[in-house]
Amino acid sequence: MPSALVFFTELSDAPSKAQRELLTLAASIGEPTVAVASEVPEAAVTQLGAYGVNKLLVAPANESSFLDHSLSALEAAVKESAAQVVVVANDNFSREVAARIAVRVDGSIVTDAIDISADLVVTKDELAGSYSAQAQASGGVLFVTLKPNSIEDTPQAQAVSVSVEELAVSAATAPSVRIMATEEKVASDRPKLTEARVVVAGGRGVNGDFSAVEALADALGGAVGASRAATDAGWISHDAQIGQTGVTVSPQLFISAGISGAIQQKAGMQTSKCIIAINKDVDAPVFEIADFGIVGDLDKVLPQAAEEIRRRQA
Amino acid sequence: MTEENTAPLKIVVLVKHVPDVQFDRHIDSASLRLDRSESVLSELDEYAVEAAVALVESQGGFAAGHEVIAATMGAKSASNSIKKALQMGASSGVHLNDEALIGSDTVVTSKALAALVEHVGDVDLVVTGMSSTDAETSVVPAQLAERLNFAQLTHALNVDFDGATRELSIRRDHADRTLTLAAALPAVLSVTDQANDPRYPNFKAIMAAKKKSITEVSLADLGLAAQAVGAAGSHITVLNAEARPAREAGTIINDSGQAGIALVDFLAEQKLI
Ligand SMILES: Cc1cc2nc3c(=O)[nH]c(=O)nc-3n(C[C@H](O)[C@H](O)[C@H](O)COP(=O)(O)OP(=O)(O)OC[C@H]3O[C@@H](n4cnc5c(N)ncnc54)[C@H](O)[C@@H]3O)c2cc1C
Ligand SMILES: Nc1ncnc2c1ncn2[C@@H]1O[C@H](COP(=O)(O)O)[C@@H](O)[C@H]1O
Repeated sequence: MPSALVFFTELSDAPSKAQRELLTLAASIGEPTVAVASEVPEAAVTQLGAYGVNKLLVAPANESSFLDHSLSALEAAVKESAAQVVVVANDNFSREVAARIAVRVDGSIVTDAIDISADLVVTKDELAGSYSAQAQASGGVLFVTLKPNSIEDTPQAQAVSVSVEELAVSAATAPSVRIMATEEKVASDRPKLTEARVVVAGGRGVNGDFSAVEALADALGGAVGASRAATDAGWISHDAQIGQTGVTVSPQLFISAGISGAIQQKAGMQTSKCIIAINKDVDAPVFEIADFGIVGDLDKVLPQAAEEIRRRQA
Repeated sequence: MTEENTAPLKIVVLVKHVPDVQFDRHIDSASLRLDRSESVLSELDEYAVEAAVALVESQGGFAAGHEVIAATMGAKSASNSIKKALQMGASSGVHLNDEALIGSDTVVTSKALAALVEHVGDVDLVVTGMSSTDAETSVVPAQLAERLNFAQLTHALNVDFDGATRELSIRRDHADRTLTLAAALPAVLSVTDQANDPRYPNFKAIMAAKKKSITEVSLADLGLAAQAVGAAGSHITVLNAEARPAREAGTIINDSGQAGIALVDFLAEQKLI
């Protein structure tokens, strides 16, 4: 059985949905080890046991380090665990840490994975999700970054006990990058955009006012997204941007409102299971990929739909 | 005060020649290779060229002796992407073209590109795009920083360069925070599409580009063996690639006052509420 290592930069009391998906995948490959580049709370250790993790390697955080600490922690964990496959999240930071260690240990890396089989064949998205490909590594440690919403989060039937070890992390070797300032973002009560089962997104057509988009998202318990036209205009934070240069989402339901459906925009949402589009222009390209399309004014359609959902749920 | 370093800057900007995202892109099911016939300079690498040229302009311009060398690894036609970079203001080009490179994974691509940067020599700064639009991995810049032992300043939302201290600083977004990072040269800098607005070359710039040189480089010039690169040197093998069934347009209705209700009916039908 191959051995799998899961690497997190941080793990809070309750692992996130994307983190639980990584744990589920690792457990399906082999006895998973988890390494974390910061302190892990007791509650999280119990959670790891529920996913069949029998070993946890902890490298206490170094707040002043941008990248070096994570690099050293992952390098040490790869050596300590002797894992053949290392799975990490799909965000830019995790990708970069994994990619650099892949170079250091002469391994390899596959990004945007949606599955890994027991014999380590990786299934992944290509060309913004318009193709699906399978790849395999012929030697060395294989690093894989996993897209959220690809694996069904499932704890093991039987929890195991987790042995916790501190990782001996060597001093930084890379040229220094200093953190000059850190601005914390305001946490939202809505689900995380990349992990949400429902996403409601608005574009230039919302004309500066996201309240109708937000109200429908809240009626559906979903996340709020946006096109680049809307984020560039400053109507909503850049974090909400979906697309080639924003985040990629793959929810059960994607509702697009006042978005034309440019190629760079579609790149971030076309693997959604179901797409609904509202646009007042019948020729908007978004209708070519919508399972259900409404030619109409979003200012009328969105509030009516939100109201109807609340009425039916009451 | 230490004495100011006023040596001209030598910047390499990495540009990739990729299939135009505006057209349908295809992976051949037999060879498993991407069809590269309709290729252009990756639109995300235009931001890298702009960042490099703008940095030089902020430091006294090309007259001060600074250089921006546009570099690519790709087939013969990839020289068109270098030409575009020269029109945007880069001062010269280097083109690594060797059949043996076909099938390189990122670990090998970064090996070849790092060797190309070393071949150029005495480079202060490597500027790249945030992601290639064909491979979409966003990892080559970090791997270059690893291989060259340069500081890694990637995914820059904006770029500041202090000519006196020769320090670069950028802002970078993470899910829960935005960081301001700083490092001394040499560095690898990757820029996002938030960093600037790439210029359109005017007639004068297009004419000027015709006089700029492009140097062809082979694997032998870099001291790399053919077996160390390409499919032979890469650990990753692609087994198959299949187009996902194209999404088909579903029902489209005109709102005559009840479309919000129809939307909820559709959600109920699909068991989404
Ligand atoms: C390098 C690069 C990267 C990019 N990356 C991204 C990316 O990651 N994400 C992204 O989104 N874009 C990206 N873009 C931009 C992309 O090309 C489009 O310009 C952008 O997606 C357009 O946003 P939009 O659809 O909101 O605006 P528009 O194209 O202006 O469309 C607005 C739509 O709203 C409709 N509308 C107006 N009023 C109403 C109303 N009251 N009710 C209903 N409908 C209405 C209009 O009919 C129109 O179809 C990128 C571009 C480049 C060059
Ligand atoms: N073959 C190549 N030639 C030149 N630059 C490249 C090449 N591959 C990657 N790059 C650079 O690395 C960046 C990130 O690419 P990637 O890691 O493939 O997403 C690109 O935006 C380019 O600047």
